[in-house]
Amino acid sequence: MTLQNEVHTGTQASTAEERLRPLLLRGLEGDSAAYHAFLKALSALLRAYLRGRLTRMTDEVEDLVQETMLAIHNQRHTYDSTQPLTAWVHAIARYKMIDFIRRRAGREALNTPLDDELAVFAASDHDAGDARRDLAKLLETLPERHRLPIVRVKVEGLSVAEAARATGMSESAVKVGIHRGLKALAALIRSERENR
Amino acid sequence: MRTDDLIAILARDEGAVDRGHSRGRLAFLLAGSILATGLLMALTLGIRSDLASMMRLPMFWVKIAFPTLLALAALEIYWRSAHPGRRLGRAPLGVAIPVVAMASFAMLVLFRADPGNREVLLFGTTWRTCPFNIALLAVPVFVGSLMFMRQLAPTRPRLAGAACGLLAGTTAAVVYALHCPEIGAPFIAVWYLLGMLLPAAIGALVGERLLRW
Repeated sequence: MTLQNEVHTGTQASTAEERLRPLLLRGLEGDSAAYHAFLKALSALLRAYLRGRLTRMTDEVEDLVQETMLAIHNQRHTYDSTQPLTAWVHAIARYKMIDFIRRRAGREALNTPLDDELAVFAASDHDAGDARRDLAKLLETLPERHRLPIVRVKVEGLSVAEAARATGMSESAVKVGIHRGLKALAALIRSERENR
Repeated sequence: MRTDDLIAILARDEGAVDRGHSRGRLAFLLAGSILATGLLMALTLGIRSDLASMMRLPMFWVKIAFPTLLALAALEIYWRSAHPGRRLGRAPLGVAIPVVAMASFAMLVLFRADPGNREVLLFGTTWRTCPFNIALLAVPVFVGSLMFMRQLAPTRPRLAGAACGLLAGTTAAVVYALHCPEIGAPFIAVWYLLGMLLPAAIGALVGERLLRW
């Protein structure tokens, strides 16, 4: 990498850090719009990062983008606001990518250049392709106590209270159902990949 | 599903995230599982009846301090390995320094001892069982710390597993010191260390499998 590129990458990364960190922090405090904007920008960064590294598996990049987004969402409580967001996102994206590659090892030769932790924030790619895996289908295989709260609140847009009335569950059961359901969804993706 | 749909699902109506309580819950869990370790020892090995007189020996306190220092270092490594992007930094020094210090102390003791006494200082009477007793006592904290780690986000699962094992082994060694009859520094430097490293090695082996997320 030339010095000029490096400087460019560094600048972009620090801009992304400055832009994304406040969005995530507000999102963590319950601001849905800020969190939505954070996820949207994050998905573009992840897509560019993974496309650049999984050059022979472009078909699966969007699957991995979604899987990484879900992981980041499920573990967002592990973000320590005294630490740089760049390092946190990069560590998760890299972990998910290595996990993915390891599962495919032997089937395809590939090269994964080593990168520094600014790499995820180096470029954005807003051209969202379609994922091959259909999360909606996976969602259908979840048990009712997880599926119903997610469908009512997250897909149909009911409030937690409305969803509780519609399903006959308690409000806390709805909240727990969403939380555990999204974790179960991530676990389903993992096991699906292992058996593929 | 399109990624934008997933984003909409993830972002919609999430509410605030419960943060900052992790440390407290970890402390609570550790207190509980160390208590369980104490109970496990009381029921299986028993606590020394001459503990009060043993506590007057400086070596007893070395036996407590050595694994305690290692446990604090293990806790720091545990915490860092559970959070993406956190580097270990100097935390491994917290393990290396007590081990080197204890080894140096043990060498000094051996060097200055009567040649005929050295074997007893090193092997005591319980070297065969000591590491395995410590590993056995490590079970409660090991299980508890692995379960807790699964709630966090270890991006280096083998390291995280080893940290769980080290935390379990070191806390178990502190508890085991209340049973153990040995007072030789060389004994502590070798057999206690082995007992603490055994769970750490097991943790590294199972981490890859159990800590995936």
